Amino acid sequence: MALPINYSLRNALVRWRSTLATVLGIALVVFVFVLLQSLAAGIERSSANTGDPRNLLVVRKGSTAESASLITRQTLTEIRYFEEIARNEKGEPIISADVLALVNLPRRERGGEANVLLRGVTPRGIELRPQVGLVAGRWFVPGKRELVVSAKLAKRFDHFDLGDTVHTGSGQFTVVGWLAAGGSAFDSECWLDADECRSTFDRDMYSSFLVRPVDEAAGERLIQRIETDRRFKLKVEKEVEYYRKQTMTAAPIKWLGGFLAVMMSVGAVFAAMNTMYAAVGARTREIGTLRVLGFRRRAVVTALLVEGAFLAFFGGMIGCALAFYWNGYTTATMGFETFSEIVFEFRVTPKFVAEGLGFAVAVGLIGTLLPAIRAARLPVIDALKSI
Amino acid sequence: MAAPDNIVTIRNLSKIYLQGEINVTALDNISLDIAAGEFLALLGPSGSGISTVLHIIAGIDRPTSGECHVQGIDVARLNESQLADWRNQNVGFVFQTFNLIPVLTAFENVELPLLLTRLTRRARRRQVETALELVGLADRAKHLPKQLSGGQEQRVAIARALVTDPALVVADEPTGNLDSHSAQEVLGVLRALSQDAGKTVIMVTHDPKAAAFGSRQIHLEKGELTK
Ligand SMILES: Nc1ncnc2c1ncn2[C@@H]1O[C@H](COP(=O)(O)OP(=O)(O)O)[C@@H](O)[C@H]1O
Ligand SMILES: [Mg+2]
Repeated sequence: MALPINYSLRNALVRWRSTLATVLGIALVVFVFVLLQSLAAGIERSSANTGDPRNLLVVRKGSTAESASLITRQTLTEIRYFEEIARNEKGEPIISADVLALVNLPRRERGGEANVLLRGVTPRGIELRPQVGLVAGRWFVPGKRELVVSAKLAKRFDHFDLGDTVHTGSGQFTVVGWLAAGGSAFDSECWLDADECRSTFDRDMYSSFLVRPVDEAAGERLIQRIETDRRFKLKVEKEVEYYRKQTMTAAPIKWLGGFLAVMMSVGAVFAAMNTMYAAVGARTREIGTLRVLGFRRRAVVTALLVEGAFLAFFGGMIGCALAFYWNGYTTATMGFETFSEIVFEFRVTPKFVAEGLGFAVAVGLIGTLLPAIRAARLPVIDALKSI
Repeated sequence: MAAPDNIVTIRNLSKIYLQGEINVTALDNISLDIAAGEFLALLGPSGSGISTVLHIIAGIDRPTSGECHVQGIDVARLNESQLADWRNQNVGFVFQTFNLIPVLTAFENVELPLLLTRLTRRARRRQVETALELVGLADRAKHLPKQLSGGQEQRVAIARALVTDPALVVADEPTGNLDSHSAQEVLGVLRALSQDAGKTVIMVTHDPKAAAFGSRQIHLEKGELTK
């Protein structure tokens, strides 16, 4: 038979001053855990969420990233009219030859400089990426040296407001629009006309092709056809697949999050244990009284465990609330592939909150177990006689 | 052995504590009968062993030798969980220090022993209210112990002791921490329990004036009965 839940709950609350340190310790553990998982989720989403499942991305064989790939213009003319490639209403093949360039640009508020990835695209390239849309201004007009920047990057870089002029090594561009890409990798890019990009950065070659095959089977044939042709030396894979592989960068953060959480929770368990030893020690006679009234050892242990779980749960709630404060907060990291600024949002999902709270409760239960058992094992008469 | 109208029968009861190397004899070969419905005052100076007798009768402590039967049951033979159930059903305990649970209201404190029974919520409520009325504190049901005076706390504790309608109510220096006015009230309630409700009440006290409320007084000194 159990003691009322109120007994555990109120005891957890009534001594909040003496338990505050422990509660905050647990809050910190949960905060770090949830925040780092949210960070990893944000990074994962920025790559995993990128691309259209129907598209194929063509890069040079052996290049690890699109930005490091080079494909000759000759290749475009040869591949362009392959019958496996779909056509639009006007009969044009749906293929975009993109030119990628990294430029070093000043951050806002004298925050130093960072690399930004510029993507030269054709109108097909925009059609092939329905994730990308304008949130302000308009698209660039080829030939007018215009630039559309990511709205998220715009908050971080100088001269990224509409109408501003961006100076790159060999030229300058006017910002005419802000793009948003639903948290995908394109949110870390600035787009301009492909030919302008080539001429500005003195490139003779393209970086990649993005292709829409007629259908799935045609896609398979296209991969075969391009990859087996020894003249091209190209690699073809699904666009979504390419970006999913870039997700690898989030693994160390997840690992770090787990590691930190485990290390810190060991400390938190001892803190909880300390608190509960004190809490239970101060209530020895009360526990003796409960047992005189007829409550069994197990009922006492259970009530104390519930109390410890409550304490930890409060800590967990505080930790989650702190972490949730960062939900949707956009920040950036340096991409390991392009060394350019990659923006992403912290994504505090219900799953992480549940995991964080579960984590906290586990810490509370483990920390309470020994003090609870010790208290319940004391003979009734000794418990009663304690001051 | 036990006469049918004796609720407690104690025979050759001894309790020896081992304190370091020395044996402390708390009770030395005591025999005692307590009749159902009487209000027995166990009187003795501090350290005489009166609390120890009470603890053994109430199933909180175990004797070193001898027997203590309560309603024909040899309490010392019950194991820990059987004892817990037995105490819950048969004994109400009143402490010198009240021992109310600070985080629970008067009502919740009195209800505690009933949570171990099969009573419904409504039946529990009725019984708690009756018990609180009996000690004259029906209007303090929602108060926390710290919002009550010492005398009121002790009356709540008495309500908690009698709410399960036990045959036996034991009180260890119930007035030891009270002013004389509150002490009178508490002693009056205990006497009424025996006289009006027919409960057997055993009270331990150092105070002859408190003991005078009992229907019978027994003196203990150095672990031995003197009268
Ligand atoms: N746990 C214990 N260990 C050693 N001695 C004890 C213990 N409990 C009680 N005693 C001793 O037994 C004697 C009787 O104790 P008790 O019945 O509590 O006294 P009182 O008559 O004042 O209520 C005292 O001398 C006390 O010191
Ligand atoms: Mg005593």
